[in-house]
Amino acid sequence: MSASFGRKASIVGAVIGLAALSACAKDEPAAKDDGTGPVTVKATDSGCDLSRRDVKSGTSTFSVSNGGSKVTEFYVYADGDRVMGEVENIGPGLKRDLIVELPTGKYQAVCKPGMVGDGIRGDLTVTGDAPSQVSADALLKQATESYQRYVNSQAVALEQKTTEFVTAVKAGDVAKAKALYPVSRTYWERIEPVAESFGDLDPKIDARVNDVEAGTEWTGYHRIEQALWVSNSTKGMEKYADQLLTDVKTVVAKAKVVKLTPLQLANGAKELLDEVATGKVTGEEDRYSHTDLWDFEANVEGSQAAIQALRPALQTRDAALVTTLDAQFKAVFTALDKYRVGDGFKPYTATEAEKKALGSAVDGLAEPVSQVAGVIAKK
Amino acid sequence: MTERTGISRRGLFGAAGAAVATGVAGYAAHSALATDKSQASGDDGPVEFHGVHQAGITTPVQDRLHFAAFDVTTTKREELIGLLKEWTAAAALLTAGRDIGQYGAVNGPDEAPPEDTGEAVGLPPARLTITVGFGPSLFDDRFGLKAKRPKALVDLPHFIGDDLEEARSYGDIAVQACSDDPQVAVHAIRNLARIGFGRVAVRYSQLGFGRTSSTSRAQATPRNLFGFKDGTNNLKLEDADKLEQQLWVQPEDGPEWMVGGSYLVSRRIRMHIETWDRTSLGEQEGVIGRGKGTGAPLGKADEFDAIDFTAKNSDGEPKVPTDSHVRLAHPQFNNGAELLRRGYNFVDGSDGLGRLDAGLFFLAYQRDPRKQFIPIQTRLAKNDKMNEYIHHVGSAIFACPPGVQPGGFWGDKLFT
Repeated sequence: MSASFGRKASIVGAVIGLAALSACAKDEPAAKDDGTGPVTVKATDSGCDLSRRDVKSGTSTFSVSNGGSKVTEFYVYADGDRVMGEVENIGPGLKRDLIVELPTGKYQAVCKPGMVGDGIRGDLTVTGDAPSQVSADALLKQATESYQRYVNSQAVALEQKTTEFVTAVKAGDVAKAKALYPVSRTYWERIEPVAESFGDLDPKIDARVNDVEAGTEWTGYHRIEQALWVSNSTKGMEKYADQLLTDVKTVVAKAKVVKLTPLQLANGAKELLDEVATGKVTGEEDRYSHTDLWDFEANVEGSQAAIQALRPALQTRDAALVTTLDAQFKAVFTALDKYRVGDGFKPYTATEAEKKALGSAVDGLAEPVSQVAGVIAKK
Repeated sequence: MTERTGISRRGLFGAAGAAVATGVAGYAAHSALATDKSQASGDDGPVEFHGVHQAGITTPVQDRLHFAAFDVTTTKREELIGLLKEWTAAAALLTAGRDIGQYGAVNGPDEAPPEDTGEAVGLPPARLTITVGFGPSLFDDRFGLKAKRPKALVDLPHFIGDDLEEARSYGDIAVQACSDDPQVAVHAIRNLARIGFGRVAVRYSQLGFGRTSSTSRAQATPRNLFGFKDGTNNLKLEDADKLEQQLWVQPEDGPEWMVGGSYLVSRRIRMHIETWDRTSLGEQEGVIGRGKGTGAPLGKADEFDAIDFTAKNSDGEPKVPTDSHVRLAHPQFNNGAELLRRGYNFVDGSDGLGRLDAGLFFLAYQRDPRKQFIPIQTRLAKNDKMNEYIHHVGSAIFACPPGVQPGGFWGDKLFT
């Protein structure tokens, strides 16, 4: 998977990681591994050694120590790089625990030195009495719960990052505000269909200038974007910054308690790709800052999160579709790779040919994603 | 049927060539060859050019469109009037299925380019209509028309989501050519543009195929590019009283030169075909508010069944969703306002992203846009679920004067 996946997953990890930290009380030496205790993971800049690669189904603990010089992350992936558990930001010399519940099956354990790229991978086998076949309905229920957690984690980060952005705007720190603008929007774009379902809030937060009704004031991210990039100033933006934070807090409060059905997940995944196809590829979304590719990737990641939540259910119903989805998600992230710079992207000033390549990748993905709802709806 | 039906231009040409006198009077005389019975007929004979109202509004919608908006480049009032006279004369010949000019397409001197461009030679009249309208920009300081601008010819407001391209919007004069044969419609615009060079310049033009509404009960309801029947509840030429109420400018509306005319709003509406095609059947039907197969309102069986906006599904939600297109556009929720739509599907090849540059070239006629198009579109722009799949990229409004009387010309009363 691309580097992007790591950034998305890290938010999920942030929530799990907190629980993991509190559970991490004392060191367990690797030598005492009797096949039931924690799996010790020795992470370095070039290695990822597990004390054993088979565990019993149920709750497992991975005790990860970083002996390298780079900050690292540790993941347990199910098929298709679905995140079962993750612990992030393990600095050199630090140790963190990951506690994760794993049903019987095949997984991958992955260290990511430098927190980028596909990471150093190895198999992990989970055996035991836990039922390996879960009923279809239960899989769908798990899907909605899993996605609910994702929305929750994104909402928390949205509020945090928007607070930072708004603070920078109000402090008149143009450079910092410009840097935070695409970052804070990332969390919004990942859960856009959920956010959009709250009526008037979406236009207040995310309207482009041509979306504004005559006689209505233009507010939200793009209002501030225009001031930052066109006027290179935050002058007069204080009230819009305050309003944005108020509106975002309202969305976050609502997103945390929203109840979604599996069909809504499937349709949301499709809608996110429609957003990419009609607004981002064309460069209409962030017309002043040209940070469209941040939004682009966030939409695709949000779509992927919804599909991943549905993945176990899809696997039992249409395994071929899952294979196609995996390949097409990968193709989109690969198409984005040539625009990456560090943790973000080059300004989006693509040629028609480049836009076409990105658009084709999105179309190739959106077509199979649009079939997911029909598969989920089948009894 | 008329006695002219099926007579081709080539067959007519000998007679036309012999009879056409030079100048405007000659053109006008020839349009009398068309019959007055043909305006409502569905055959391929000529549609009467002269009349109380311009043809091409209630005329049963033809299959093809070539629409052009012109900027007037001359600043001389006399030249503008001269152009309108020449256009009127040429249009009378064109709609009658005749070549234009003294010698037509092929009988002129070898040394000169033919007067008529010739691509319609041998084709039937194909129910060609040519309809003209004047944009707000014509009523500026150039031609002394400022005081004559109708109050109803307002500049359209910005509607939420509008993403208008200047080069596909506005214009001083609009010419709508509709025909059952695309080549006949193109021939008409091409020759009018040619006559106008030096006095007007084409600002943009739009080809349309596949009419997206019917203006007569004799016509079946066609489908738009979303695959849905479009225009089921359109104003129809059979609704004479309603047309007076909703379509034609009445004496009390003023100004006097517009009585019997109508206001045209044109919108180039891009459809996001590819994302629509990935949308589930249920959502498509919910967006429109009708069944895709039958065209019936949701919850009903037949296309022309009355829409029941109060009917509820078992979950308590309205059968016709509150943000569906038919609901929001329905006269019941728009103070009884209706439009006569005669829009066309368009596919202008593909865009740079490999997606169909396709959609609906929306054309709607009405008595007063302030009471009809503007409030309806304001509601739609704000609430219509369909907005996820469409995008308004071109926009214009025109005052279409009443019909031309023999010996008169388009907008003659405007210039008196």
